[in-house]
Amino acid sequence: MISYLQALNAALDKLLADDPRVFLYGQDIGAFGGAFKVTKNLADRYPGRVLDAPLSEDAIIGMAIGAAIEGMRPVVEMQFADFSTCGFNQIVNQAATLFYRTEVSCPIVVRLPSGGTPGGGPFHSQSMEALYAHYPGLIVMTPGTVEDAYSMLLEAVAIDDPVIFCEHKFLYNHLKAESLPDVALPVGKARIARSGRDATIVTHGAMVHESLAAAEELVEDGYEIEVVDLRTVKPIDTDTLLASVARTGRMLCVSESWPWGGVAAEVLARVSTEGFGLLDVPAQRLNARDTPVPYHPDLWTAHRPTADAIAASTRHLLEM
Amino acid sequence: MRGRDGNIHRGRPREGYQAMISHLGAMIPVVAGALLARRMKGETGVVGATCLGDGGTSTGAFHEGLNAAAVEKLPLVLVIANNQYAYSTPGSRQYACANLIDKAIGYGVPAHEVDGTDLQACLQVLGEAVQTARNGGGPQFVVGSLLRLVGHGEHDDNQYVDPALKASPLGRDCLAVSEAFLIEKHWATGEEIAGWRIEAKTEVDATAAKVQREPSPDPADEEWSALSERQFGEEIYRS
Repeated sequence: MISYLQALNAALDKLLADDPRVFLYGQDIGAFGGAFKVTKNLADRYPGRVLDAPLSEDAIIGMAIGAAIEGMRPVVEMQFADFSTCGFNQIVNQAATLFYRTEVSCPIVVRLPSGGTPGGGPFHSQSMEALYAHYPGLIVMTPGTVEDAYSMLLEAVAIDDPVIFCEHKFLYNHLKAESLPDVALPVGKARIARSGRDATIVTHGAMVHESLAAAEELVEDGYEIEVVDLRTVKPIDTDTLLASVARTGRMLCVSESWPWGGVAAEVLARVSTEGFGLLDVPAQRLNARDTPVPYHPDLWTAHRPTADAIAASTRHLLEM
Repeated sequence: MRGRDGNIHRGRPREGYQAMISHLGAMIPVVAGALLARRMKGETGVVGATCLGDGGTSTGAFHEGLNAAAVEKLPLVLVIANNQYAYSTPGSRQYACANLIDKAIGYGVPAHEVDGTDLQACLQVLGEAVQTARNGGGPQFVVGSLLRLVGHGEHDDNQYVDPALKASPLGRDCLAVSEAFLIEKHWATGEEIAGWRIEAKTEVDATAAKVQREPSPDPADEEWSALSERQFGEEIYRS
């Protein structure tokens, strides 16, 4: 069995082995192996190519951009997604505009250990995909499976544009698979994680698994729920969403991040404007509460969508 | 690329000439990263430089970039044109250290001061800094002091400049100082310098005229994209 975290480590290992342009830069990622051990053993295996950085997100991302312009393929780690706000300017104003300004591409990957875990609290739990997806010039990935953690990280480095790679901390050790994949869906393609006919749940990241659990719960009530895993939130696979809604007529979008201007808001906008006629009832969404992420596990459970909350929202959708 | 950004943000990144963004301090890490890449590729004798004003030394990117470059001992020459005002804000409202070079000392970076109105002094100090960086001396910090004699932009009449500063040695016009120096040394005559001036002006005027004759970008034909991999673009959602 291989965990989501081991899959990320295996992908980085393969990238370093296969491509001399690849190097890793980030805080504590060298001999220590990273705060979560995603880069474990890599500094030993690839001397001089896995570099510890000072506590300077702006400098880390800015240096990755400069190196990418010089033909390298840097993969940088923000210790927590939440800390990427300190490098925000470099991502959205420097990296995201470089090709637009100069027609020189900016092949950097910014790894964001994202999302909530028990006891994470307000500054070690954030999901920032909507924030980065808002800016033109960035690709935003939110792998929700072990297979995608591996194959999408390989893809992210192959892409000539800057990629914001939102890997989910809750899945690091919880999620396991039999083996690593040889083939993968193309970037930008959503995946039907579970087929169904009564309603569609659109989701991404760790919420894929909460949604699958909710769908399982609803089997007892005789419902067949389709679950769509977005995989990348930008570009977003509107065609797959519409095809699913065409089958079920009902849609709930579940996102771990906040409601205002989020991924769920974008999904609802796409489906409502382009697939209004496919909906039997108004599309619904379920997000985290619009407060900072709480520290106490009980509050945290009430803050983010859980399988139970998703099942309740889906029942509401089915009874509309 | 034409029409994408204002014309002061020019550059040729493929040739090592970075295209700056408006947040000038942010270019320090970019140049540092380019130098890190050159080192990883095994290139030696490389040097990189970036230039900003006194105001830029107050940005977070300045501190992060200079510190990270120092930690990696990169051959970076950071040139500060201390022209006494960041837009309208005087140095007294910009920093409280006695001298801007103190900021470099804190990061273990050798600092050099020079009279920014004295071309010969600038060439000498910068030349030494570049040589030291190239020879493995790590980042070098050069502060040239002078006075901005015009506004921050064409819209700015710079009425805020203290008349005492204009009258001080800092307020000297560096071009006039250099001309006087060349004449005094008998390296050029006044007539020759006037000739160079006409030559340069003719070249600039001809280029400006050429550019002004070029058609404006046509929104109907112009292809522009935020992504080099256009298959991932979402520009179609533009209603």
